[in-house]
Amino acid sequence: MIVSRAHFVGKVALVWLLCLCLLPGCRKPVDGPAKGSGSPATIQNKGSDTMVNVAQAWAEAYRSVHPEVNVEVSGGGSGVGIAALLKGSVDIANASRNIKPQEAAQAHANTGKEPVEFIVGFDALAVFVHKDNPLEEISITQLAGIYGERGTITRWSDIGVKIPNTRHEKIIRISRQSSSGTYEFFREKVLNKKDFKLGSLDMNGSKEVVELVSSTPTSIGYSGMGYASPGVKMLKIQKEPGKPAVPPTSQTTLSKEYPIARSLQVYTLGQPVGAVKEYIDWMMGPDGQRVLEESGYVPVLSK
Amino acid sequence: MVGESVLEWIIRLSGISAIIFVLAIFVFVFREAAPVLSNKEFSLVEFFTSIAWYPTSEENVRYGTLALIAGTFSVTALAMALAVPFGLGAAIYVSEFCGPKTRETLKIVIELLAAVPSVVWGFIGLTVMSRLLVNYGNAPVGVNMLNGGIILALMAVPIIVSIGEDALKAVPDSFREAGIALGASRWQLVYRVLLPAARNGLLAAVLLGIGRAVGETMAVLMATGHAVQIPHGILDPIRTLTANVAAELGEAPAGSAHYRVLFMTGVLLFTITFVVNLTADFVIRGVKRK
Repeated sequence: MIVSRAHFVGKVALVWLLCLCLLPGCRKPVDGPAKGSGSPATIQNKGSDTMVNVAQAWAEAYRSVHPEVNVEVSGGGSGVGIAALLKGSVDIANASRNIKPQEAAQAHANTGKEPVEFIVGFDALAVFVHKDNPLEEISITQLAGIYGERGTITRWSDIGVKIPNTRHEKIIRISRQSSSGTYEFFREKVLNKKDFKLGSLDMNGSKEVVELVSSTPTSIGYSGMGYASPGVKMLKIQKEPGKPAVPPTSQTTLSKEYPIARSLQVYTLGQPVGAVKEYIDWMMGPDGQRVLEESGYVPVLSK
Repeated sequence: MVGESVLEWIIRLSGISAIIFVLAIFVFVFREAAPVLSNKEFSLVEFFTSIAWYPTSEENVRYGTLALIAGTFSVTALAMALAVPFGLGAAIYVSEFCGPKTRETLKIVIELLAAVPSVVWGFIGLTVMSRLLVNYGNAPVGVNMLNGGIILALMAVPIIVSIGEDALKAVPDSFREAGIALGASRWQLVYRVLLPAARNGLLAAVLLGIGRAVGETMAVLMATGHAVQIPHGILDPIRTLTANVAAELGEAPAGSAHYRVLFMTGVLLFTITFVVNLTADFVIRGVKRK
């Protein structure tokens, strides 16, 4: 019995050691997936929720052109995609914002390669309200007053709006989680890099924002214009007082009249080769751009 | 002989593995969180007393979790206010009032309720419950504290019922017989004899229900609206500690202050559930001593 107890203690220590050895193991970067042009290849593609629809449409359309290449798409947010690229666990990161200098530096430190950017399209960030809301246009200043930390607009009557069929007055602000490129873009362009007011409902996807706006008469939200649905209304945006309000359309996005439009990009680590390069070339070619336009975004190619 | 002793060791290891895993998890979570304590941007006072949660701010990064703590506790309290009367009522009914056939049916159905995955509950909250609250509850927005509270209550009731029923069953029949012999009605028997006798077990049932509600993530992430604010009414959207970790950990670069603060909220959650479970455990042990 005494012997077995000593054994027992030994085993406990062994298991402990095993646990401790395993712990750091889970932080090792994942080995990069196949990158060669040999078939069959799998391309890992992750990032922006704004772009996840078009990324999936691309992957599907590409399968009919190159059945030997399998593209795996997932969302999570621009920040998540870029973080995965830095660890080398994806081939292509989608981002609705530009890569930050510190992220590029981290990529260099981790892998010795520089991230390479490809602009694959444009997107107008639309401001949505419920379809029953009589409001048609809103200014950037008003948006900052609604969403900004020091903003004073909290009720619809503050901007002279009466929403029919409800006695609620409070503006329900719908925003995005902080890893979202859309969130950062809105903060930069509308709030001038200042903080959001606390208490907004932070959704985990572009589609969720539009869905919640369509079921909440007193709400306001922002998302890529590709996510517009019959239950919501896109507002015209007035950049500065005295200027006309501009609706989000392909023309106003390309001409930069619409004040909160942005480019959509994909990133690779180092210059892409093989299947990844072919895929990105196809994305930016006429077929890929047609798919992008069908998903509700603005193509790079001018027709 | 050798085979038998090997088998004995394997069984013994399985037995103690739970302890090892709990310790390993705690060591891991704490090891990831600890370095932030020496970070100048982070202060423990702010962590516990500020409602400002701005982990990715460009002008002023702030890590205040007061609103998240308030969110967690308020939705848990609301869930318990709904679940405890229903859960204990159901436990009393199943244990004392219904016939054997109804009891078997009810127990099976209640166990089924416990088996519904939490993401399904979240889905129900997001779609069905939120529409009901907007249309009939006059709520300005459907995802809010009440929605999360109802969903959590539905998840906690099965636990309260099954453990509460066990506690009532554990009261010796001699107590019941004595009560009836004294001419007590059924209700008097439950109220005056069984409830006091099973008090500890029922309390433990409630505490385990609380543990379930505090730790739940997916359902509250989907149903509560995920808004950082101190709620002023049950129709206000809130954010809980668990939902916050779930939503933000993926984005936070490993090793950054944000990442470590999220692990710190993990330590906080671990402490809360540990205290709740330990209390439940002590209470249950109190029952056995009697």
